[in-house]
Amino acid sequence: MVEHCLRYRDDEPVGDPAVTVDAFAVQGNATAVRIEPGDDARALLPALDRIALIEINFPSYGDGRGYSAARILREHGYAGELRAVGDVLIDQLSHMRRCGFDAFAPDKPITPDAADKALATWPEVYQKTVDGRSPIWALRHGR
Amino acid sequence: MKILTGNDLGSGHVVWWDGQGWSRHVHDAVDVGDAADTILAAEEAARRVNASYAISATKGADGTVRPDHIKDRIRALGPTVRPDLALQPSDPHSGNWVI
Amino acid sequence: MYQYDQYDQAMVDARVEEFRGQVARRMAGEITEDQFKPLRLKNGLYLQLHAYMLRVAIPYGTLNGRQMRMLGDIADKYDRGYGHFTTRQNIQYNWIKLEDAPQILADLATVEMHAIQTSGNCIRNISSDHFAGAAADEVVDPRPYAELLRQWSSFHPEFDYLPRKFKIAVIASDTDRAAMRLHDIGIQIVKNDAGEIGARFYVGGGMGRTPMIAPVIREFVPALQMVSYAEACLRVYNRYGRRDNKYKARIKILVHEIGADEYRRQVEEEFAHILTLGLEPPQAEFERIAAFFADPGLESGLADGYDRSDPDFAVWADQNTTPHKQAGYRAVVISLKPAGGIPGDATADQIRLMADLAEVYSLDELRVTHTQNIVLPHVKQSDLYALWQKLDAAGLATANLDLIGDIIACPGLDYCSLANARSIPLAQKISARFAEPERQRALGELKLKISGCINACGHHHAGNIGILGVDRKGTENYQLLLGGSEAADTSLAQIVGPGFSEDGIVDAIETVTNVYLAQRAEGERFLDTYRRLGMAPFKEAIYG
Ligand code: HEM
Ligand code: SF4
Repeated sequence: MVEHCLRYRDDEPVGDPAVTVDAFAVQGNATAVRIEPGDDARALLPALDRIALIEINFPSYGDGRGYSAARILREHGYAGELRAVGDVLIDQLSHMRRCGFDAFAPDKPITPDAADKALATWPEVYQKTVDGRSPIWALRHGR
Repeated sequence: MKILTGNDLGSGHVVWWDGQGWSRHVHDAVDVGDAADTILAAEEAARRVNASYAISATKGADGTVRPDHIKDRIRALGPTVRPDLALQPSDPHSGNWVI
Repeated sequence: MYQYDQYDQAMVDARVEEFRGQVARRMAGEITEDQFKPLRLKNGLYLQLHAYMLRVAIPYGTLNGRQMRMLGDIADKYDRGYGHFTTRQNIQYNWIKLEDAPQILADLATVEMHAIQTSGNCIRNISSDHFAGAAADEVVDPRPYAELLRQWSSFHPEFDYLPRKFKIAVIASDTDRAAMRLHDIGIQIVKNDAGEIGARFYVGGGMGRTPMIAPVIREFVPALQMVSYAEACLRVYNRYGRRDNKYKARIKILVHEIGADEYRRQVEEEFAHILTLGLEPPQAEFERIAAFFADPGLESGLADGYDRSDPDFAVWADQNTTPHKQAGYRAVVISLKPAGGIPGDATADQIRLMADLAEVYSLDELRVTHTQNIVLPHVKQSDLYALWQKLDAAGLATANLDLIGDIIACPGLDYCSLANARSIPLAQKISARFAEPERQRALGELKLKISGCINACGHHHAGNIGILGVDRKGTENYQLLLGGSEAADTSLAQIVGPGFSEDGIVDAIETVTNVYLAQRAEGERFLDTYRRLGMAPFKEAIYG
C-alpha cells in the first residue's frame, strides 16, 4: 500500500489501515483516518493528538477541497503524517507541500528525483501558510 | 460524409484528414465512414493531431467539402470578419460559403 | 506604477521555466492533452477555433509604454499583427503556436508581465477602475490594494483548484467603473466615520448563465485585514462550492443557495480563526507598494482650460476626455470602436503608437478599460490638441465614448469555440447603422453589449441594450435584452421577446432607439426612460 509513497518525514510509516471519518467517530481508537473530498476535516480536530496518519483522497486532481482540509488540520496543530493519495500529479506537489502534506501516494508513481525538482519550482513564496517558509513580504522587511 | 478535423499540436493550425495525413484545406478532407475512432486514436497517440473530432459534411458536385455546422466552416475559412487572414485571401466570395 | 523587485521577477521567471518544461513534456508525448490542458490554461493558453489563443494579464488594467510596446511587438512577431483587448482588461492573441508560447512568456517577463492565472479554476487577474489614480471621486487609489491581492493570489497553494474560476475587482469610488458587483468578489475601498480606510466586501456576483448582483457580506474590513478576509471568503467557497455541476459551481450559486447570512456567518468564523495565524502582510509592505503609485509626476499649479477652436477636436474632447483630480489635466479615452470596426482590436502599429503617446503625453501610463478601450490617464490639457491630431491620423480618435457606437462585443463565433453565433459582424452592422456622429450624440449615453453565447463574456446582461447570440436549429439567432447597467446602479437586463436574425436585430435596435427618442423626458438617458416606462412600449413597438 505504501509502495509508491514519497515521504518527507523521518518517523516510521504507520501500518494501520485508514478508517473513514464516519467510522473514526464511532471507533475512536483508530490511529489512521482517510478524508474524502466531502468530509469535514474539522470533525477530527478534537482527536488530532491521537492520530498518526491522515490520508486525504483526491479522486480527481481538479477537486481542490483536500488542500483546505490539509491546511485546517495543520493550522490546528496536527503533527502526524498527512498523505495525499489518489490522482496526485507532479505539477501539484509543491502546492500540496505548502498546504501541509508531507507524504504522497499517487496512483501513478512519481520518481523521487522528479518530485524533488517539482518541489523546488518556486524560489520563494508570496503567502504565509503552514509550511514554515517566510513569505516574500516578510523577506522584504527583514523578517 | 464523415470527415475528421483537429489542430496541429505544435502550430495550432486547423487541419483535416485527407486519407494519408492532415491537410490545412477542408476540400482535401475524405469520407472516413465508420473508421473515425480508429484513425483519431492512432493519430492522437502519435501526436500528429490534437483536440480532434469527427463531423458530418457534404460533398458538392464540384468536389468541394462543406462541413454541416457553421462553426467548422468558420474554422475552415478563418474569421469571417478578417477575410484578409483566410487561407485563400484572394477569394472575395469565400465569406458567403460560411453562411 | 508598481515595479517588480527581485522576488517578483524570480517568481515570474520560475513560472516561465516551469511552463517551458511542461510544453516540452507535451511535445515529447510524456503527458497527454488531458493532463496538459489545465497546465496550459493556468498560463492563459486556450485552444480556440483557429489556433491557440494566449490571454495576457494586465493587472488592474495598468501598464506603461514599454509594456504596451511589447504587446505590439508580440502581435507582430508571434501573431498576425493585432491583438484583442477584452472586458477583463486583458489582451488576447488569436494565432499563437504552442511551440512559441514559452518564449512569448519569457519576452513578457522582461517587461514585468505574464499570463499567470488568466484561465483555469483559480483566482484570475484582478480588475480595477480604469481611472484609478486620476479620478476626482476616489477615496484613495485602489491599485495598491489590488497589487497586494495580486501577490496574495499568485500561485496561492490552497486555491488553485477551486470549483470554478474566481474574479475579483477592486474600486475606491461610489461611481463604479469596473462592474464591481458583477464579480465573484467586489471590493470597494471606503473611509469610515473615524476616517480609517477599509474594504467593503461584496461576494457572489457574476454574469454567465445565472447573472447575479453581489450582496454586501461585510461593510468594513480594516485595510490591514483584507487579505485575511479574502482568504476566509475563498476557503468557505473552496470547501462548500458545488462541484457536481460546473454550471452551478461559481460562488454566486453557493451564496444564493445557502443565503448571504449563512455565508457571512461561515466566513466570519473562518476569519476569526485566520486572524490568529498572522497571514496578513504588514503595514510596511502595504506602504512599500503604495509608494509606487503615489506620484506619477503630476505638475501642480496648472490652469484648467484649453483651445477649442477646432470643432472636430472639441467634439472629441467633450466626448472622450474626463475630469482629472489634478487641475490642468484630463484623462483621455482612446476608442477602439471605429464605425464598422472590430470592438477591442488594435493593430501592432496602433498598440506601439499608443505606447509612444503614453510616454510623451501621459506620464508613461496607460489603462485598459472593461469596455475594451484604452485610457491615457494623465494628459495635460495644453497637450490635448496635439494628442488628438496624432490619434486622428492613426484612426484612433473616434468620438463615441459611452455612445451607441462604443459597443462591447465578445469574440463570438468568429474566434470562440463555445459560441452560438457571431458577435463581431453584428457590432459592425450596428455601429455602421448609427455611424452618423450627430445621431449618436442625440441618443446620448447608451451602452450596447453583445455576447455570442450564454457565458456572457460581452456583458450582455449589463447592457442598456444587450444582445445574446443563440443557436436556433443550426442558424445564428439573436435575443434582445433591455435595461441592464453595470454602474453603481447595477441592474440586470431582461429579455424582450422572441429572437431575431442578424438584420432583424439591427432593425429592432433602431426601433428601440426611436421609442426612446419619442418618449424621453428632459435630461433622461436611455436607461432612465426605460426604467420609467418599463418594457411594454418597447416590446409593443418591436413586435406590435
Ligand atoms: C475566446 C475565448 C473565451 C472563452 C472560451 C471564454 C469562456 C467563458 C466561459 C465558459 C464563461 C462562463 C463562466 C461561468 O459562468 O462560469 C465566461 C465568462 C466571462 N468571460 Fe469569457 N471566454 C472567452 C473570451 C472572453 C473574452 C474575449 C472576454 C472579454 C471580452 C471574456 C470575458 C468574460 C467575462 C467578463 C465573463 C463573465 C462573467 C462572469 O465572470 O460571470 N471572455 N467566459
Ligand atoms: S460569450 Fe460565449 S461566444 Fe462570447 S467569448 Fe464568451 S464563451 Fe465565447
